[in-house]
Amino acid sequence: MNNMNITDIVNPANLVYKKNSVLNDLPMHYCPGCSHGVVHKLLGDIIEELNIQEQTIGVAPVGCAVFAYKYLDIDWQQAAHGRAPALATAIKRLLPDRYVFTYQGDGDLAAIGTAETLHACNRGENIVIIYINNGIYGMTGGQMAPTTLLGMKSTTSPKGRMYERDGNPLDMPKLLAELDGVCYVTRQAVHTVGAVKKCRRAIKKAFEYSALNKGTSIVEVVSTCNSGWKMTPDFANRWMVENMFSKYPLGDIKDTIQA
Amino acid sequence: MLMKGNEAIAHAAIRCGCDGYFGYPITPQSEVMETLMELEPWNTTGMVVLQAESEVASINMVYGAAGCGKKVMTSSSSPGVSLMQEGISYMAGAELPGVIVNVMRGGPGLGTIQPSQADYFQAVKGGGHGDYKMPTLAPASVQEMADLTVLAFDLAFKYLTPTMLLADGIIGQMMEKVVLPPYQPRLTEDEIRAKYPWATLGKPHGKKPNHITSLELLSEDMENLNKRLQARYRTLEKEEVRFEEIACEDADYVFVAFGISARVCQKAVEIARSEGIKAGLLRPITLYPFPVEKIKELSNRVKGFTVIELSAGQMVEDVRLAVNGKVPVEFYGRMGGVVPSPNEAFNALKEKLIQ
Repeated sequence: MNNMNITDIVNPANLVYKKNSVLNDLPMHYCPGCSHGVVHKLLGDIIEELNIQEQTIGVAPVGCAVFAYKYLDIDWQQAAHGRAPALATAIKRLLPDRYVFTYQGDGDLAAIGTAETLHACNRGENIVIIYINNGIYGMTGGQMAPTTLLGMKSTTSPKGRMYERDGNPLDMPKLLAELDGVCYVTRQAVHTVGAVKKCRRAIKKAFEYSALNKGTSIVEVVSTCNSGWKMTPDFANRWMVENMFSKYPLGDIKDTIQA
Repeated sequence: MLMKGNEAIAHAAIRCGCDGYFGYPITPQSEVMETLMELEPWNTTGMVVLQAESEVASINMVYGAAGCGKKVMTSSSSPGVSLMQEGISYMAGAELPGVIVNVMRGGPGLGTIQPSQADYFQAVKGGGHGDYKMPTLAPASVQEMADLTVLAFDLAFKYLTPTMLLADGIIGQMMEKVVLPPYQPRLTEDEIRAKYPWATLGKPHGKKPNHITSLELLSEDMENLNKRLQARYRTLEKEEVRFEEIACEDADYVFVAFGISARVCQKAVEIARSEGIKAGLLRPITLYPFPVEKIKELSNRVKGFTVIELSAGQMVEDVRLAVNGKVPVEFYGRMGGVVPSPNEAFNALKEKLIQ
């Protein structure tokens, strides 16, 4: 064994995993334990697998994923807070043979960008919406989001979200699934290997559907924000399973293409 | 052809090779989108026309399409343009070209649907957040609604900046004879890639991806972006000033007015001349960049200026800055949608400057 050198180990025969070529080598700014990195990787996987790197335009939000454009080597636009679906609408209308997707958080999609999201979906824009729902405003330091669970603590609901004051958590994908313009709505997570595999299939399906011109595809990823939740990454995953999944149950909500 | 100013904008946009229009209905400019929908340019030039859910969405659609190097526009009126300020600031920060038409109405608030010029400050002083300027063109006729639409696109792409056509309810609604601009083909995707290598059309193989953003984390980088913008504004101020002079050669007194106020003052000059008063009119066509040098030059040889606006007095501040106290600068304006008559303008000149 002492005679073994690096080329004996780094050798195509020993390759069990290779990072996709769309995701670049820039170190990510996300906190350890954050779900964004996994979803970015899955996007890179799908774009590489479908061989659409040259035809894909992403729209980044305001929020933690504002720098998504730095990590995936495709053309990107960075939108004002909540406006990504308006940008994506115009891009797709003017470049109908391109793959256009938005990447939005729950503050972006379910609060400030509600109108832009709902109307893009209602027009049935042939885009993909990747919706990261971690129930909190991560980038600004853990404030209450429209998706924050009842009783869940945040810096602007320090004693927990109260229905009487703050209303109920908003389930946007369920709402959007009601619209005829929407062809695919699914809720996924990336906390286990199995979940990551399912989420990967869902994102791939959404991209494939967007090329069929049958309407909008939405993939929600119920995510952790262990920094904002003030938990360890492992505990955050368990807390998500125990608390988030009852309000936001995983699985397909709508699929008009397969049905 | 005889048509409304708002209709002329729609015709000119199609003819100059516009790729897309995104808008939301608001009086007194709804004819812009109505005319486009009637003309169905998607069947001829391939131009996309889309009614958005709000002015916020409209301007962000303009941002998205402009980021792809496309020639796109929106139009609205005062309250709607207030809603667009965020998007305009983002476009300025991301160095994106695009045309925004504001057919102004009386404000503040929901105001009136009658003509106004009270959005001058918002247009030329940077209505959104941050240090930016926006080329602002002020048409005074239906012909100029067409001509300046074409020019606005040219300036937007030359300086990579949102550019505003600042009209008012009268210029939008009134009908006049107009000679429409010649047809220019829309740019092909190859032409866009060659002319605007920053456009996000999909990353070509072996090339670095393009990013459209106004975000910089480091303050030094953000200052450098600001320096680049400011340098561009200085060039604009040097190269792009446009104005019209009427009877200024021998004038003792000069009206300064834009848009419909300039049309009123044109008549007021005739009234003054018929009473033996040597009046003239300076009509800024570009409100930003403002004809500072021209006003400085005039202030060396005239006895005073009268500024007429459909507002409480906004452009008058820029005239006073240019004149810098050399001669009196008086103001007369009507607000809330009321338009002064030529006699009111003439009386303002006579009473405030001469008597």
